[in-house]
Formats: sequence, structure tokens, C-alpha cells
Amino acid sequence: MIGAAYAIPDILAFVVSALMIVVGAIGVLAVRNPVHAALSLILTLFGVATAFVAQSADFLAVVQIIVYAGAIVVLFLFVIMFLGVDRSDPVRVEPLVGQRALAAIGVVVTIGGLVALLASSHWVTGAIAVSTSGHPTAVGAGNVRAVGTAVFTTYLFAFEATAALLIIAVVGAVQLARRERRMDREGEA
Amino acid sequence: MMLASTVDPIYAHGVTLAVVVIVLVRMLVGFAVLMGAVTIMIWFERKAISDMQSRLGPTRWGPFGLFQTLADGLKLIGKEDLLPAEADRFTFKLAPYLSLIPALVTFAIVPVGGTVDIAGHPVTLQIANPPIGVLLMLAMSGISVYGVVLAGWSSGSKYPLMSAVRASAQMISYEAALGMTIVTVVLATGSLSTQNIVAAQAHGIWHWNLIRLGIVPFVIFLIAITAELNRPPFDVVEAETELVGGFHTEYSSFRFGIFYLAEFMNTITMSAVIVTLFLGGPAGWVPNIPHVRWVFPILWFLIKTVFFAFSYIWFRAALPRFRYDQLMDLGWKRLIPLSLGWMLIVAGFLIKMSWGFLMAALVILAWTLLSRTVAIGTRRLEGADSLLPSVGERPLPGRVLRAFTDHEGD
Repeated sequence: MIGAAYAIPDILAFVVSALMIVVGAIGVLAVRNPVHAALSLILTLFGVATAFVAQSADFLAVVQIIVYAGAIVVLFLFVIMFLGVDRSDPVRVEPLVGQRALAAIGVVVTIGGLVALLASSHWVTGAIAVSTSGHPTAVGAGNVRAVGTAVFTTYLFAFEATAALLIIAVVGAVQLARRERRMDREGEA
Repeated sequence: MMLASTVDPIYAHGVTLAVVVIVLVRMLVGFAVLMGAVTIMIWFERKAISDMQSRLGPTRWGPFGLFQTLADGLKLIGKEDLLPAEADRFTFKLAPYLSLIPALVTFAIVPVGGTVDIAGHPVTLQIANPPIGVLLMLAMSGISVYGVVLAGWSSGSKYPLMSAVRASAQMISYEAALGMTIVTVVLATGSLSTQNIVAAQAHGIWHWNLIRLGIVPFVIFLIAITAELNRPPFDVVEAETELVGGFHTEYSSFRFGIFYLAEFMNTITMSAVIVTLFLGGPAGWVPNIPHVRWVFPILWFLIKTVFFAFSYIWFRAALPRFRYDQLMDLGWKRLIPLSLGWMLIVAGFLIKMSWGFLMAALVILAWTLLSRTVAIGTRRLEGADSLLPSVGERPLPGRVLRAFTDHEGD
């Protein structure tokens, strides 16, 4: 499918970003050390950001880095270091029975789905701005406007629902993590 | 509201060899100037701090000890490069570069001066002007956490690890307030590009974001960026009285040098970013002298940047270090709500005067509720006989001592 319609820089950008994503993803699974796994995850996230830039979605790319690489993975690292997770985790033990079989089925279904999509349309080939047949909808600074309009009009409900979900999650986490100090004091005395 | 195009004018007539050469040279010159500025900054900080502490500081090498930094650099390179036995080798070697690169990249978006004509090409004195503009700075400050965190973790040593844990929490906390104040600037400008942000502030001091947005976002930004830089009084990450040297305790030789370099480069870069966002960047009075008009914007930019670089030194000499919990309190309970509220007020005033006042009233209401909630929470958490008071009060040694002795008496 990748033919004369694509310029060489496009193909190069795609190959580089795809390599970063795949190598990073494999790294997350294959590496034993949790901190190294988090580093591999960052590689994947940067690969995705590169892919976004190649599709002239600059804004999404930079948000990807700010939110995921800049905040979420740092939190992962924080938890890993704070809990002092062992340098290597035993992977031979299977905590959920039948997990491996289910995972295998999941992999087969996902790959099958991707191949089916690839065969029927060009949704997964990295074609530029699929919905508008090759022309990016909004370039450069127009990105922010396009994303903002979409989020606050068409997808308003989904956006607000996500916000509510996050707030609920935060409140829940605080409630779970809170300790009653008074009980401690009485215990001491 | 679309302002000037975000595309660099140098590309207006296609990309020729001359354009490529100019862009490359501009990049190299920017890099060289930044490196030179770092050497001077290190000397300047040592000299200024010495002055404030009635010492002389470096005097031996060069006029006023100006070459001391070079001598120190040479000494560092000549030292033995230690690799702790417990260290995670790959990450240990990677970490210094992770803290240097964001400092370098961020400087690329800072407009240093106006536009200069070189061989018929209009050259903006800015290394790059990406459409995402200031967001690049946020992304890079997000990435710079990794340098500190991974250095601390990979050293395989106790104190660096504690420093890394502190760093990850601190830098995430202050990034939220930082982002929110940048949003106010972007709202008022209507563009993310630093070139447009500077252009919108070009017409006199009343148009500077410092005054136009009300002083509050500027103050929040200054505090938050000091915390992002891990500079005093927010340097709990490398608090030498508690953590030896913090994340770089185990580093020596060239790798330690890189951390040192990155820290000072970050200080300069962030001073430049403050100037760009709030003080109009290179904006200032330009006398009508032919051929040298382009020099004055650069001069103004330098004066403003040096002022902020100096205030960081001043902070370091004047302010005692925050305690870790005070740092978190300031970030989460004060700066983030304040920056969020101020953003709402600015957004309201941008639509209509009446909306602005409505928003201000709502924000004041919300602020009152929040402070009440925080007060109740603090009282419940600490009780009447708490050993350590919360933000605002400093634990005076006498009081802490009394608390200890009282408990022993029980």
C-alpha cells in the first residue's frame, strides 16, 4: 500500500516512529526491571508523538509528551521507587488462572481485527488525515482551535464525563489513602 | 483572533542552500552563546553570593576570577569517573544527558531580538518558532524531571533515591500551576507562538503581560518556575544538610559537570522564558540610529534576563529552604487554586467586563470555601498538640525542643 503516493520524508517519519513504538512496547514487556520498563514506555510515547507530528497534529504530539511522558510515567516511577519494588519480579507465577490463554486469544483477535481493517480500508497505514482524503484538516496553530472546537461542541458529553470520572477517581483515592490520626493517637496512649 | 503567521519569514521564498546555512549557523551561534552565558552565570552566582555573605568569592584566575568556571570545568574533566557498584549502569550514564537536553531545547523558542537582514534574508533572532510555541517549554520541563529522578534512582544509594522521590513529586505538583499561568498568557495573546506573544506586548510597558494580566500570574509563574528548577528556596531535592548532595551525590567528573551545567543553563533559560512571557521579551525603547537599531532589542532582552538571573541568586542568599510538606502545601493548596481562579477571571474579562466581575465574585466565593475546608482539614489532621505546625509558622527550635521534652515528661 505504501507506494508512490507517499513522499520519502513521510515514509521515513513513519518508519522511525513505528520502530520507536514497537521497540518501546516490546521493551515494556520483555524487561524485568520495572524502572527500565517505564523507560521503554517513554520511548513508545515519544514514538506516538513523532507519529502525531508526521500527521501535522503538533498540538496532540506536545500534549502527549506533557501529559503522558511528563506526568503519568513520572507518577509510575514515583510509585515504583516509593514502594521499592524488587529489581526483578517473578514472572513464572500466574496470579490469575487462565490468564495466559485469555491473553493469547486477545492477541489473536486484535491482530485479526487490525489485518481486517488494513484489508478493507487504509485506517492503520499512517495515511495523512484519513477523513479528508490526504489534506490535513488544520495545520500548525489551527490544531488547537480544531481540537478545542471538537472537544467543547461535538464531544462535550464525553469530555465532561471523563472529567467527572477523574474527579471521582481522585476523591476515591484520597478516601482510600486517608488514615484517621485519632485512632493512632489512642493506640499510642 | 489570528495574529501574524507562525511560519518563520526566512522560509517565505523557498528553502535554498543559503537559507539552510543561515538556519544552521543561527542554531550553532545560539548554542555557543548559551554555553558562554552559562560560564558567566556560574561565575556571576558565585560572586554575587559571596558579596551577599561578605566573602570575596573566586579571585585567582583571570580578571575578577572570571575564568574560575573554566578552571573548574577542566578540573572536573580530569577527575576519575566513578561508577558506583550498586548503580544501574545504563540509566546512570543516561541521566545527565536527560537533564541537559531539555535545557538546551527550551532556549530554542525564546526570541532574543527582532529581525535582522543577513544577505537579503530576514532572519529572526530565535532558533526555532514552532506553532506549538510555549507548550514546547512545558513539555521540556516535564521531561527534565527524568534527569533528576533517574539519576537518583540509578545511583543505587539511599540519599539520591530520597532526592529522586522528592523531585518527582515536587516537579509534577508545580507543573500544574505553571501550565495554568501559561494558559492565562495564551488566552490574552490568542496564540501559542512565542513570536506572537512577544509581538502582542511590543507597544509599551502597559501591554506587558506582567501588568495586563494583573501581577498575580507573574508571581505564580516565578514561584512555580523556581520550584521546577529546584533552586533555593525550593531545593529540597539537593538539600545538602539532609541529603548530602541529593540526586548527584554519587556522580563525579564529567557527568557531574553536565548536571552542574544543566542546572545553570536551566536558570538562564527560565529567566529568558519569564522575560518572554511576561516582560515583552526584546520589547523596549529603540533610538532611531541607522544600522544599529537591531542591537537595542537584544540589549533590552539581556538586561531583563540578567535581572531575573540575579533575582534567583538573591532568592538563594535570602530565603531559607522550605520543608517538604510546606512545599507541597504551597503548591497544591495555594498556587494551583489561585492560578486556576485567576485563569477564570482573565477568561471572563476577555469576553466581557460583566463576565469578568461575575467570575471574580465566583472565584472569591470558591477561595473562601476552599480555605475553610483546608483549615478544617488541617485542624483534624494535626490536633491541638501537634509537634510540627503547618505552613506559615516555622517550627522554632525552642518550640520543637519543648514539644519533645514535654512528651518525655508524660
